[in-house]
Amino acid sequence: MRVCRQKFTEALMTGVFYAAAFSILIVFAWIVGDIVRHGFDQINWEYLTTAPERAGRAGGIAPILVGTLLLMLVSLAASVPIGVASAVYLSVYAPPQDRFAHGVRRSLDVLSGVPSIVFGLFGYLVFCQALHMGWSILSGGLTLACMILPMLIRATEEGLRSVPGSYRTGSAALGISTGSALWRLILPAAMPGIRVGLILGIGRAMAETAAVMFTAGGSIRMPDGLMDPVRSLAYHIYILAIEIPGGQRRAYAASLVLVLLLLMITLASNVMMQRFVRKRIFVH
Amino acid sequence: MILSRLFHSLLRSDRWMSRVLRLAAAVTGGVSIVIFIFLLKESMPLLWRVGPEAFLQNTPWAPTSGTYGFLPMIVGTFWAMLGSVLIATPLGISAAIFTTYYAPRWLASIVRTVLWLLAGIPSVVYGFWGLVTLVPMINRVHAPGVSLLAGIAILTIMILPTIALMAESALETVPPSYVQAGRALGAGTWGIVRSVAIPAARSGLLAGVVLEMGRAIGETMAVIMVMGNTVQFPTSWFDSARTLTANIALEMAYATGDHQRALFVTGLALLGVIVLLIYGADRIEQSGVKEKTG
Repeated sequence: MRVCRQKFTEALMTGVFYAAAFSILIVFAWIVGDIVRHGFDQINWEYLTTAPERAGRAGGIAPILVGTLLLMLVSLAASVPIGVASAVYLSVYAPPQDRFAHGVRRSLDVLSGVPSIVFGLFGYLVFCQALHMGWSILSGGLTLACMILPMLIRATEEGLRSVPGSYRTGSAALGISTGSALWRLILPAAMPGIRVGLILGIGRAMAETAAVMFTAGGSIRMPDGLMDPVRSLAYHIYILAIEIPGGQRRAYAASLVLVLLLLMITLASNVMMQRFVRKRIFVH
Repeated sequence: MILSRLFHSLLRSDRWMSRVLRLAAAVTGGVSIVIFIFLLKESMPLLWRVGPEAFLQNTPWAPTSGTYGFLPMIVGTFWAMLGSVLIATPLGISAAIFTTYYAPRWLASIVRTVLWLLAGIPSVVYGFWGLVTLVPMINRVHAPGVSLLAGIAILTIMILPTIALMAESALETVPPSYVQAGRALGAGTWGIVRSVAIPAARSGLLAGVVLEMGRAIGETMAVIMVMGNTVQFPTSWFDSARTLTANIALEMAYATGDHQRALFVTGLALLGVIVLLIYGADRIEQSGVKEKTG
């Protein structure tokens, strides 16, 4: 009797877990399917290379794509050098049990949980106002840089962790200066981690709306320089969906472009690194 | 031990390099402190004048005429968070159990990849999809469609990858010997999951839930697009509601003076809640580590 009931429970729970997993697959297919179905026939070369017309109801998204790309480049240019340097300090230079390094790690944990709208407020106060950059690519990019910093540092640290300790002790035994050991041996070996961090950072920066809407502005003119305001692709989707009557058809097209870009980025990081390493970067 | 000491003494000879890197670490560690200081500096004049209790009283949200009641927004945020966490947690943990203990290898890798892809979809796209797909569906059952329920549904999908991937890494830390012992005692897979894996991974799972709460509270764009944003105490799932994050995003564009300061107070409060949640998750995880090693 008991064995019978146990067998029944086992079968039931197997069903429950299959159902949970399949419901996730179905929701994913539903969302992506909807966007592809409504957006696919609107996307062509002209859409990607012309300026929007009638507030985005017609025309393309060229200035928006350029703006999104520039925001991303600024954020990477600002965050990569300092992020990699911090990661090297934390995992190579800092003595074990160092209070300072511990404090920096804690602070980065907090930073990775800060809601993006709070980054938006911060960017507005610091870059737009205190540093007089106004609504610009520079303000938006620097705000995004702060946002992707924890992810980048964690990825680089994971990369550094995969460097065999013998590289460090070996180079120390040969009397190679730490600087050149770092530059010639340790950083190249940590490259896969840094690359995955870059890709995840690009994805995060490109998907972001709340952090750039008060820092980069919402202009749909083609930017002339880094001090010009731009509208990111994600923000463009929001505006088309909410503020422009009759803009929803075009919001599908913009969503499809953004989702395709991000899916490619996610898959690329999937191919580039074993999942357990990447997961440690994502969920610390 | 000797080697590592030697290594460290050699490192110390590279003073210059070490200082530059330490400076970089100090800058990155300083970002969250700068965020806190700037929000505090902007909020202080108003907080000082009206006192923190002005935000928690049941007064209307009318910042231009001097009443700053956050309560409806706090309630809206709370229900949206609670609803989505209650649905996403069992679903996400089930998915993690599925990929770890039930699924054949190929299927597990598909589910995992899909979770990653879901995590990569931007929040505006979720919001837009919710607006054009879920809202009309809910509207057919009960007008107006933009509602707490729509917000909960979208948030559930959005935080699902977080809890599922965290639960998976928590389950992976369960020592294989525990599972083998369970099998040797004749337990089925569910028996092992229930009485061995979940208890052993408990602290990791709990930490995942706490971080997932943080994600749900901090989410902005998707919630704005599907919840209708009326400042009111929702009385049913079909009522429109506004969250704290939505309040900032909607009013920041035109707010000035004390109105703007009130929005910075909201930001400060959100930051405080997130810090508490991260601290809580960390404490839970630490206690789990102690349990396993000690």
